[in-house]
Amino acid sequence: MAAPSKRSSRPTPVRKAWRSLTWLGVIIALLFGINAAGVIWGGGSWTPKLALDLEGGTQIILAPKVETGADVSQEQLDQAVSIIRQRVDASGVAESEINTEGDNVVVRIPGELDDQTRDRIEQSAKLELRAVLLADAATNTAVSPTESPSPTDPAEELESTPTVEPTDGSDPAWITPALQDQFDNFDCAALDDTSTNVAPADEPLVTCDRERAAKYLLGPVEASGENIVDATNGMVQTQTGASTGQWAVNIVFDEEGTQDFTEVSTRLFGLQGQTPRDQFAFVLDGAVLTAPSMNAAITDGRPQITGQFTQETSKALADQLKFGALPISFTVQSSDTISPTLGTSQLQSGLIAGLIGLILVVIYTIFQYRALASVTIASLVIAGIITYLMITILSWREGYRLSLAGIAGLIVAIGFTADSFIIYFERVRDELRDGRQLVSAVEAGWKRAFRTVLASKATNLLAAIVLFVLAVGSVKGFAYTLGLTTIIDVVVVILFTHPMLQLLAQTKFFSSGNPWSGLDPEALGAVYRGRAEFRKPAAVTAKKAASSAKEAQRRQTIAERKAAAMVGAGDTSNDGKDS
Amino acid sequence: MAKANRLTTFGNDLYTGKRSFNFVGGRKKWYTIVAVLLLLSVLVPILRGVNFSIEFRGGSQFQIAGVENAEEQPAIDAVESVVPDATAHVTIVGSDGIRVQTDQLEQADSRAVTTALAEAYGVPESEVTSSFIGPSWGADVTRQALVGLVAFMLLAAVIMALYFRTWKMSLAAILALIADLVATVGIYAALGLEISPAATIGILTILAYSLYDTVVVFDKIRENTAEDGQESRRTFAESVNLAVNQTLVRSINTSVVAALPVAAILFLGAGVLGADTLRDISLALLIGILVGTWSTVFLAAPLYSQLREGEPEIRRHDQKVLKERERAGAPSAEVLPTA
Repeated sequence: MAAPSKRSSRPTPVRKAWRSLTWLGVIIALLFGINAAGVIWGGGSWTPKLALDLEGGTQIILAPKVETGADVSQEQLDQAVSIIRQRVDASGVAESEINTEGDNVVVRIPGELDDQTRDRIEQSAKLELRAVLLADAATNTAVSPTESPSPTDPAEELESTPTVEPTDGSDPAWITPALQDQFDNFDCAALDDTSTNVAPADEPLVTCDRERAAKYLLGPVEASGENIVDATNGMVQTQTGASTGQWAVNIVFDEEGTQDFTEVSTRLFGLQGQTPRDQFAFVLDGAVLTAPSMNAAITDGRPQITGQFTQETSKALADQLKFGALPISFTVQSSDTISPTLGTSQLQSGLIAGLIGLILVVIYTIFQYRALASVTIASLVIAGIITYLMITILSWREGYRLSLAGIAGLIVAIGFTADSFIIYFERVRDELRDGRQLVSAVEAGWKRAFRTVLASKATNLLAAIVLFVLAVGSVKGFAYTLGLTTIIDVVVVILFTHPMLQLLAQTKFFSSGNPWSGLDPEALGAVYRGRAEFRKPAAVTAKKAASSAKEAQRRQTIAERKAAAMVGAGDTSNDGKDS
Repeated sequence: MAKANRLTTFGNDLYTGKRSFNFVGGRKKWYTIVAVLLLLSVLVPILRGVNFSIEFRGGSQFQIAGVENAEEQPAIDAVESVVPDATAHVTIVGSDGIRVQTDQLEQADSRAVTTALAEAYGVPESEVTSSFIGPSWGADVTRQALVGLVAFMLLAAVIMALYFRTWKMSLAAILALIADLVATVGIYAALGLEISPAATIGILTILAYSLYDTVVVFDKIRENTAEDGQESRRTFAESVNLAVNQTLVRSINTSVVAALPVAAILFLGAGVLGADTLRDISLALLIGILVGTWSTVFLAAPLYSQLREGEPEIRRHDQKVLKERERAGAPSAEVLPTA
C-alpha cells in the first residue's frame, strides 16, 4: 500500500484510516493466531468441519414419544442423550455427535452405520437381571485386538451344550467347557465389539462390568427391566427410621417381577457364602451395571442395593435401572444416510456456485464502479478471510459444522456484503453530485451511509438471531452463517472499506476525478449542475442551521431548486415510462 | 459526460429530479398491480395444488450418484422385488443421478431396497444414499419457521418504529414484507416446484433481505422529509418520491449484486444430484430478492406517504406548497398524488 503523499495536508482522515486498518490487521492476526494455536495444541484444524450432507454419514433424528399435552423436560433429554452416547461409544464409533434440537435428539455418525449400532440407537436398551455363575478380575492383558477371542472358535472343539440339564439359573451345569474357555479368555476390551456381549435370554452370557474391572459368566435372564416399576436412591434407614448415612438404591418390582425376584433371591440367599454364586447382575446393554450379593430372601418385590455408593452414583444407578435406559421413548423421525461421494459432489457444486457468484459480482461492480470496484473486491476478500477463520475457529471450539445450507448462506452473503459497499459508494457519489471535493465527499457520504448500513444490517442480524433461536435443523445452520457474515460485513465496512476509500481519496487518480476512477464528478453531473444554476446555500441555511448537518442543507437547496424547476418541465417524464 | 456509463447518468438525472418516476403519485396503478399479483399468488397455488416435498409428506428416499446406466426401470424393479405393493417414483437427476421415492418403508425393507438398488445399478452399497422421513418432520420445521416469522415481524416492527421514530414507516414496511412473502410463496408454488425445508429457509431469508432493502430506502426518505421541513417547496408525497428516485440506482445495483450469486447457485444446483437444497434455497431467494426490491419502491414507499399525508401538519404544508405554486403561475399539471 503506497503511503499517502499528502499526509501533512489532510492528517485526520488519513491517520484515522491507518488506525482502522491497523485494527483490522490486529483482528485478522488474532483470529489467525487463535486458529494456529488450535491446530498446534488443541486439535483444531485449518479447514472447518463439515456436516453430514457434505461429508457423508448417517443422521438419525429421534422424536420423543409422549402423550399429547405432556412436556419433555430438558433433564430427560439430557439423560437420553448421555445414554445414547454411551451406546454409540460402546459400538466403537468415533466422532459421533449426539445432541438435542428442540425436543428432538439428533444423532450424527460419520461414515457408514452398521445394523447393530443402528438398532442400539433406535431401540430402548435392555435391562436384564442374571445370576452370576463365575466372576473374576478382568484380564485386560495386551492381547492384540485382532486375536480377541472369538466365541465360535473354541466352541467348535469344546463341548458347548450342558451335559446335565441345568435346573435353575444358578446351576453350575450351565458352565460348559466351551463357556469356561470363553470366560477364561474373555478380554474386556472386546466389550466394544457389538457381537461379543449379546446372548439370547435363555442362555448364559459372558461379559464385563462397565468399568472393565471384572468379568462375569452369567446365567440366563431371570427378570428384565420392564418389570421394574420404580427405582430411587436414598439413605439406608434402620427399623426405627434413623438414617445410617449410607446410600442405597431402592427398587420396586411389578407383580411378575416380584414373583421372579422372590424366587431368585430365595435361591441366591441359599447360596450365601458361595461367592460369586450368591450375586446377581443387572445387565444394561450387555454390560454389567452392578452385581450385588443377596443378603436376604426378598419376597415383597422391594429390594435394596447397598454398597460403596455416594449420592451421585446411587442416583445414577437408580436412574439407569428405572428407565431401563432411556427416560422417554423415541420414534425415528427421520434417518438419512448420505454417501461420501454425494457429499463431496454437493460440496463441490456449492463451492463452484460460490466462485461463479463471486466472479459475476466482481464483473458487475467493475462495470458499475470502475477502479472503485477494486475496493469492493478487496473488501470481499477480507470479509472472506475473516469469515473462513471464524468458521474454522467456531467449528473447533463450538462444534459448528458447515452444511450445504450454511454454504448457501455464505454465497448469499457475498451479495449482501457487497450491498453495503454499494450503499456507501452511492452516498459518496451523491455528495460529489452536490459539488463536494472527493475527500470531504467521502467523509460526508460515510456519515450518512454508516447510519443506513447499521440500521439495515441490524434487521438482517435480527432475522438471523430469531431464526437461529427458534428454528431447527438446517435452518439453524443457515441462520448462523447469515448472522456471522452480517457482523463481519459491518466490521469490514468500518475497518477496511471506509479507510481504503479515505486513503484512495488522497491519491491523484481518484481526487482528480479520473474517468476510470468511478468517482468522476463530471460523469456524476456535478459540474453540469453547477453551470446550470448558481449555488446559494446561505439563503436557506440560516433558518435551520440548528438541526441538520451543513452538507445536507446545501444539497437540499439544490434539490429544492431542481424540484421547482421540475414543476413545469419535468412533469412530462412523470409517467414512469421513460427509460 | 462521455465516459459515464448509462446507469450513472441515469442516476444523476434521478438524483437531481431531472428525470423522475412517479412511484408515489401513481400508487393507485401500483396498488392494483400488487393486488392482482397477490390474488394470483393465493389463487394459483390453490387451483393447481401445492407440491410438498418428501420431508413434509413423509416417506423413504434413495439417491444414487454416478451410475452408468441412468434408466428408471431397474430402480422400479429393485423396489418391487423388495416391497411388491410399493409405488416407486424414479427421477433421473442430471446425467448420472437416480432418485427413488417411495412410501415410508420399514427399516429392514429400507435396507433391502438399498442393497437391491446397489445391485441394480452396479454400485457399492455405500454409494446409495437413503433417507427415511417421518411425516411430522416437515410439519415441525414449518411450525418453528412460522413462530420465527411472527416473532421476527413483531420485533422488527418495534425496532423500526424506534429507529425511524414513527410507527407508520414500520407499518408500511411490514405490510410490504407480508406482500413479499405471499408473492414469493405464490410464485414459487405456481412454478410447480416442491416446497421443501430448503425453500422454507430461502423464504425466511427474504424476511431479512426485503426489510433490509426497505430500511435503506426509508432511511433516505426520512432524511429528505425531515430535513425539508416547513421550508420545502415540495409536497410530502413529492419528497418521498424524490427519495425513492434518488435511491433507485442503488436499489437496482444492490438487487443485481444480491441476485447474481443466488442465480449462480440456482444454475448449478439445478443439474446436480443432491443439490436440491441449493436449488430450492436459491430459487426462493431469487424470487424474493426481486420481489423485495420492487415492493419497497412500488408498495412500501407509497403506503408510507399515504399514511402520513392525512396528518394535519403535513396537509397544511402540502396545501401551502400547492398554493404557492399556483401563485407562481406554474401550470397545475403537477397533480397532487393524493387523488
